[in-house]
Amino acid sequence: MAKLKLNDYEQALLAGAKGKPRQYAMQQLVAVGEFFDAPDLVEISQVHLMADGEALGAACVEYLEELAKCPKAERTVRVPTITDPRGADFKAYQRIKQDESFIKLEKRAIDAFRALGILMTDTCINYQTINPPVKGEHLAFGDTGSSIYANSVLGARTNFEGGPSALAAALTGRVPRYGFHLDSHRRGHTRFVVEHQPQDLSDWGALGGIIGRRMKSYFEVPVIEGITRTPTSDEIKHFGAALASFGSTALFHMIGVTPEAPDLKAVFDGKPPQTTAISIDDYRKFFGTFGVGDDKLDVVVFAAPQLSLIELDQLGRLLDSKKVHNGVTLIAATSPEIKNGADRLGITAMIENAGGLLLEGVCFYQMHAREIGEANGWKRLMSNSAKIVNILGGYGYETVLGSMARCVDSAVAGRIVK
Amino acid sequence: MSMITLKAHRGIGAEVEGIALVASDNFSARYDLDRITGIFSRPQHALAGQNYVGRILVLNAAKGGVATAWMLREMAARKKAPLALLLNFANPIMAQGAAFGGIPLMDRFEGDVTCMIRSGDRVRVIPARGEVIITRS
Repeated sequence: MAKLKLNDYEQALLAGAKGKPRQYAMQQLVAVGEFFDAPDLVEISQVHLMADGEALGAACVEYLEELAKCPKAERTVRVPTITDPRGADFKAYQRIKQDESFIKLEKRAIDAFRALGILMTDTCINYQTINPPVKGEHLAFGDTGSSIYANSVLGARTNFEGGPSALAAALTGRVPRYGFHLDSHRRGHTRFVVEHQPQDLSDWGALGGIIGRRMKSYFEVPVIEGITRTPTSDEIKHFGAALASFGSTALFHMIGVTPEAPDLKAVFDGKPPQTTAISIDDYRKFFGTFGVGDDKLDVVVFAAPQLSLIELDQLGRLLDSKKVHNGVTLIAATSPEIKNGADRLGITAMIENAGGLLLEGVCFYQMHAREIGEANGWKRLMSNSAKIVNILGGYGYETVLGSMARCVDSAVAGRIVK
Repeated sequence: MSMITLKAHRGIGAEVEGIALVASDNFSARYDLDRITGIFSRPQHALAGQNYVGRILVLNAAKGGVATAWMLREMAARKKAPLALLLNFANPIMAQGAAFGGIPLMDRFEGDVTCMIRSGDRVRVIPARGEVIITRS
């Protein structure tokens, strides 16, 4: 295996000449780069860091606090670095009975991140709201949904950079050059033809989930044909988020839609592979795996990804002049920036007047979902997000996938409606 | 007693020896585990209900989200981690988490590792050499 090549500056970082935080960071980059046979490092222009308190736990918060004690010149990030959703909405955590111990840990993590110069944006839709990447831009993005969107829809270049490696990228301005930073890894591998057009966001998520379940490895790039209408940003967001969640997939090409895929010749070398058709039956079977035998309902969640202003407006209109049933909790999650917009435009009032709860800077599954489920007696959960119904099965929930309209109707009726 | 040597890509982490827990299923720390009790909690997972703590986990592919990269270190600190991870296909998150958490990881075996190792096998994992040695009585 070839050794990872470092320039003089990178070798100095690895030797500790620029302080412990950058030395730890280089050690992390070298270990991962050598595992994937990266020839060298590539400079990146921005970092998106996933670091909610649940994922961090006490051990990783203590690690961050150690970094935060180092001299400012040694600990400050080298490129703009923003954060994924946090584990708590400090304005609303008591309304969903989150334990104070989680809140304290979250605050310690935030203090440490701020000491490192990280901007606490607390959003997974940074590509819609903060700093959309540009085609060809090398990044270190740390949410699967934001990574797949940046790679596929915007033509930027990133691997999944989990928290420790995104932090290492932020402290060095570099990542190992492997995977989707390389032209050779951005070629198509498998080919799907969509025979039934997705009708709403849950359908787009279902399509992503159907394809994601068939992915065999991170490095497999699916190519999708047959989409007859250019999807909106929110539609392809749900598609990508579900594909990444079910498949560990970081890049797809959609013929005639995404920038690197004007036609099949652009994404396949030689003869394209055989196609796999995706029919209406595939959608039915997929939705069927997230169905239950009765109509009991505890909580309705709109999150994963956080909602855009457009999605919140749709939700507000659906809830207008209605009341969420007493026995059901309805939660929506968005970024702090979008929450401000929703407040200003009266959308928050539409949701909350109907009895819903609009949280900011969080995403349901990243806020100790198991514990808040137990504290509130939530077992049966309904969402229009294919990603979240996939994740929450492991947290003890019985999950149901439905359209936004059906989710709202169910929340109002107090039971799962057909 | 027989010994079988498997070859793979060079891995991450220190040499360890322990008992294997094997399934032809995928792996994510956030999606699949109850990290407090140390069991597989996703009902649909092939190892649902089984304790993974201190075992050499042998599974197909890394799946799911990015949280595993932080979680492996936290799990190791609370002594609720697997002893090592052997996968057919790791992804960057698993490699990043293994490097940060100090948990040995190997992938890209010459063959399907979930078929070559059986649950209960005693296994020595040697990441630096890209080797796994199975001992069966």
